[in-house]
Amino acid sequence: MRPVVFGPLLPLPLVGFRVCCGFPSPADDWIEDAIDISRLVITNPAATFLWRAAGDCMTPTIADGDFLVCDRSLVPVAGDVVVAVVDGEPTVKRFRLSRGRPQLSHDNPKAEPFAPSASTEISVWGVVAWSLRAHRPTR
Amino acid sequence: MTPVIALSDGNCFYVSCERVFDPRLEGRPTVVLSSNDGNIIARSPEAKAIGLKMGDPFFKIRALCAREGVAALSSNYGLYGDMSRRVNAVYEQFAPDVVVYSIDESFLDFTGLADPIGHARTLRATVRQWTGIPTCVGLGPTKTLAKVANHLAKRTPDLDGVCDLGDLAVRDKALSGLPVADVWGVGPAYAARLVAMGVTTAAELRDLDPRQARSALSVVGERLVLELRGQPCLSWDEIPAGRKGCAVTRSFGHPILALEDLLQAVASFACRVGEKLRRNGVAAPRLTVFMHTNPFGPGPHHSANGAVTFLEATADSTELVAGARQAARKAWRNGFRYSKAGVVCEGLVLAGQVQASLLGARDRERSERLMAALDASNRRFGRGSVVLGPAAGRSRWTQKAEWRSPRYTTRIDEVPVARA
Repeated sequence: MRPVVFGPLLPLPLVGFRVCCGFPSPADDWIEDAIDISRLVITNPAATFLWRAAGDCMTPTIADGDFLVCDRSLVPVAGDVVVAVVDGEPTVKRFRLSRGRPQLSHDNPKAEPFAPSASTEISVWGVVAWSLRAHRPTR
Repeated sequence: MTPVIALSDGNCFYVSCERVFDPRLEGRPTVVLSSNDGNIIARSPEAKAIGLKMGDPFFKIRALCAREGVAALSSNYGLYGDMSRRVNAVYEQFAPDVVVYSIDESFLDFTGLADPIGHARTLRATVRQWTGIPTCVGLGPTKTLAKVANHLAKRTPDLDGVCDLGDLAVRDKALSGLPVADVWGVGPAYAARLVAMGVTTAAELRDLDPRQARSALSVVGERLVLELRGQPCLSWDEIPAGRKGCAVTRSFGHPILALEDLLQAVASFACRVGEKLRRNGVAAPRLTVFMHTNPFGPGPHHSANGAVTFLEATADSTELVAGARQAARKAWRNGFRYSKAGVVCEGLVLAGQVQASLLGARDRERSERLMAALDASNRRFGRGSVVLGPAAGRSRWTQKAEWRSPRYTTRIDEVPVARA
């Protein structure tokens, strides 16, 4: 008498698409990826960080609650909106040059003008490349 | 062509990650605590200057921290992992080949560049600009020498963060001044043996007869000698001699009293060990589980460990989990409040060189495919999204993280806020 030996089960590949019996869609040959907003607003993913604005010193450019897409690899040029660290506090400001020297200001004429003292420590954290505003707030 | 290997690492990486998003920490003594807010695992130079040490238990230094205005933060691995990914993405732009060694260290292939030092300086500046993380770069013809160079770059402010040991005279001077215990891959046991042989500096280790090094310290010692001489022995993506063990250990948020809870915890540790082993292409011949009560808390105290040996070295999480549960059952005793446990694997071997056992007739290929799918899912959907049965369930042992900063870069509702 010989023992019965079962061979290994034969693995069958699972087909990853559905077979359908109807007429093939005429669009099949023109399938494209859906639009991805992050590809529009993020050009350098390693250097891009999301911030959120709080306050109204930058209205109408930036409103309270806007998301800011901040790219650290961009070198700020006059007219940029930037995230700037002022005495250790992250803020949103307009970046300008005055006689070749960098200067920050607020966009909102009703807000108190940004007037740093001589000892105020200022550095640019990153350039705000895009901002996102919910027009029907969800959160 | 002489190879040029760069080792780049983030300066007190965890603290640097925190400072990118909280600029007020700049210049302030800052420490990061291990999971469960147990011990110091990272400290800023300012914290070092007031005498805080790596491994200090937090409860012992709490008063000092309050007095000196030290910022003590819980570890925020979500943030550190994301920042590490970004830093490595920058590295990719500077070298055709990057091997990630740990969360804050990577090897880069700089072979064939006209000006490797200039390249390293540009790399540093770019990483700093793009991610905010300060780094140091060490250059050398072997991984071991690159590691020595990195060590020197960190400790010598005049070097401005880049140290090149390509030049023989510079290298000789550097190795003569370096204690042998500071050489990568020389653990405390090897260091003691070497000092007993009269070898106290890296230069003396380099000048040892390779055969003598082999008989005293096995093939690892021989490779160290040759690497220090500038002969590459570790292949580009090979694990270094120093990576002989792998462990996942945690303190528990609440002491564990029930065996079932402990089994679930060690199963999840074993899963993480498996991930680490597979990422490094190594396998474990045996596994140890340890557990102990809080040595600083009220008694009764108990500390125990149990071990299992696998038929053949493995990196398969299902086998590691089964082994860890078996080892934990061996060590477990009722009636104690266990505050910490861990899974430790030592004597790791390269996965390709696992000695096949006749008895262990498992389907290796199938296991590898399953583990690859597990790792891919966890990378894609987040750590712990797919776990093996024994590790699943509500965790009663999850950690305390009282002072964790927001997960600035990985959670939409925790992004940093800028005042406008």
